[in-house]
Amino acid sequence: MDLSLIIMQLLSGIALGAVLVITALGLTIVFGMLGVVNFAHGALFMIGAYAGLYLASLTGSFWWGLLLAPILIGAFGMLIEFVLIRRLYGRSIDDPLLLTFGLSYVLVEGVRIVFGSDGIPFPTPPQLIGVLDLGIGFFPRYRLFVIALVAVVLLALWLALEKTRVGLIVRAGARDPTIMQVLGVDIGRVWLAIFGLGVGLAALGGVLAGPMRSVNPEMGSLVLAEAFVVTVIGGLGSIVGAVVAGLMVGISISLVALFAPEMATIVMFALMAVVLLIRPQGLFGVRGRTA
Amino acid sequence: MTHPSSGEALAKPAPSGLGRLLDHRVLLSIAVLAILPWLLPSKALAVNVLIYGVVVMGYNLLFGYTGLLSFGQAAFFGAGAYFTGIAIGRYGVPWFAAVALAVGLSTCLAALIGIVSTRTRGIYFSMVTLALAQLVYYVALQASSFTGGENGLRGFTVDRISLFGLQVNFLDPINKYYVLMAFAALAMWFQSRILNSPFGAVIEAIRENEQRARACGYDVERSKLVVFMLSGAISSLGGCMLALHLSIVPLDILHYQTSGMIVMMVLLGGARSFFGPFVGAASFLILEDVISLWTPHWQIFVGAIFVLFVLFLPKGIWGTLLDALRIGKARR
Repeated sequence: MDLSLIIMQLLSGIALGAVLVITALGLTIVFGMLGVVNFAHGALFMIGAYAGLYLASLTGSFWWGLLLAPILIGAFGMLIEFVLIRRLYGRSIDDPLLLTFGLSYVLVEGVRIVFGSDGIPFPTPPQLIGVLDLGIGFFPRYRLFVIALVAVVLLALWLALEKTRVGLIVRAGARDPTIMQVLGVDIGRVWLAIFGLGVGLAALGGVLAGPMRSVNPEMGSLVLAEAFVVTVIGGLGSIVGAVVAGLMVGISISLVALFAPEMATIVMFALMAVVLLIRPQGLFGVRGRTA
Repeated sequence: MTHPSSGEALAKPAPSGLGRLLDHRVLLSIAVLAILPWLLPSKALAVNVLIYGVVVMGYNLLFGYTGLLSFGQAAFFGAGAYFTGIAIGRYGVPWFAAVALAVGLSTCLAALIGIVSTRTRGIYFSMVTLALAQLVYYVALQASSFTGGENGLRGFTVDRISLFGLQVNFLDPINKYYVLMAFAALAMWFQSRILNSPFGAVIEAIRENEQRARACGYDVERSKLVVFMLSGAISSLGGCMLALHLSIVPLDILHYQTSGMIVMMVLLGGARSFFGPFVGAASFLILEDVISLWTPHWQIFVGAIFVLFVLFLPKGIWGTLLDALRIGKARR
């Protein structure tokens, strides 16, 4: 097999992994800070894709959709936290999971009522149509853009968490919310913002995935399983873990697709099983965190 | 805790009235199921309540009694159905042997999934069981020469069942109901035996306080694996019943939406109660029936009702009812 073909497939895997990273990041941040596993994450990813599509056709530009959909859906996520999830803090850790699962039914069916059950094609923005000559082969421009954008978002997120005052409060709040409250920080507002951020990232993942996958009401259910696999491999609550595991899963799906296409969807689950047998807490997870 | 369980039976030496009546939970449950076809609008609905009741009952062993929130029970429900159908249709195995074989193989599958997933804890467990069950879904999708892939499994029909030299027409709805009810009764007796055994007390101890159970010297990991397998075995029996009932196995049965439906049913009825799963299955199916009469978008209502249950009625219909009855008794 040709080496350049393998390199191109590797790059494809990174693009696929980049979307997984963004989506799993939202899941893992919300869990790390709030202790909530958002089962509606896949449904919100799907809604993000629809919102991006709708806003893009409304404004006539993909870029408005890319910018506005995550903000709008993020705000919707804050509403969900404020109205529903807030009531469950302090109850069993299973309750928010069950509630968001029920919510995903409502969201998916809501989209079906508004947009119908059939898939809608998501056009690639005109500036990013076509392929770019990388010297060793041709690679779709759009996928390169996805890789670059995700890299920028990751950098911004890292700077915000590590270098700003707000990031300091967020990190401290994740470790000990009670102390933060004593110090006069309104931890409820921090949680609200974090949940909004997590949902916004899901929506961003949805918009980015739009031109690569078909947009339909069921697209979230596959993504949810993928995001779970990534967070479990990386270690629940670990941001570095989500990045490493997301790329790992994306690359292994792509490479396996090259040699044994029928195994492509199965390989990530096998990867997860192997990681769990060696490290039950995931690659970057902290033992006892999930108790 | 107010559910009828072995731990409480030991704590309360002299149960009287309602408490004593609930000691005969298996017989009471069988009695209710025996008249179910006449309580519900259709025989088909009653058969479904029976099937999903058994599946959810098996799941309740894991979720309600052991406190393990699995999102992958569809794997065993589906495995039971597929193994039964493949054994009968492809290998010509007699139906009763096919059912036994299917439950055995499904229990092996539960052991495999259990070995990986019971190594994890808390919310991890939910995510891992969901992912592994999706793996089973994709395997069934790919192995289409055995499973029929996306079209589902066809080509096996049980129309006549010979019982102790007696020929029963299995296509008659009432006959079918009572044959399947025998399976349900067997499953209930088995589950009740598990719950009344010392092992039943151990799994409830794990639910209440895993660390303390470990400190008491119980092998928590092995108990979790065993209960995972038992739960899978009972749920797979429900799958066998579905295969016999429908004569087809749809691929959807393995999808995680089915796992989610099982979770919804147990919560609607009431986890931690013996008869709750049947109440949950019945209410979910009736809800689906009634709402889909006037809108195809019944899932939006089912989802919303489920959210309301999580928020305001976490013990479910049957669990809350039992609670209310007990509170009334205590005040007197």
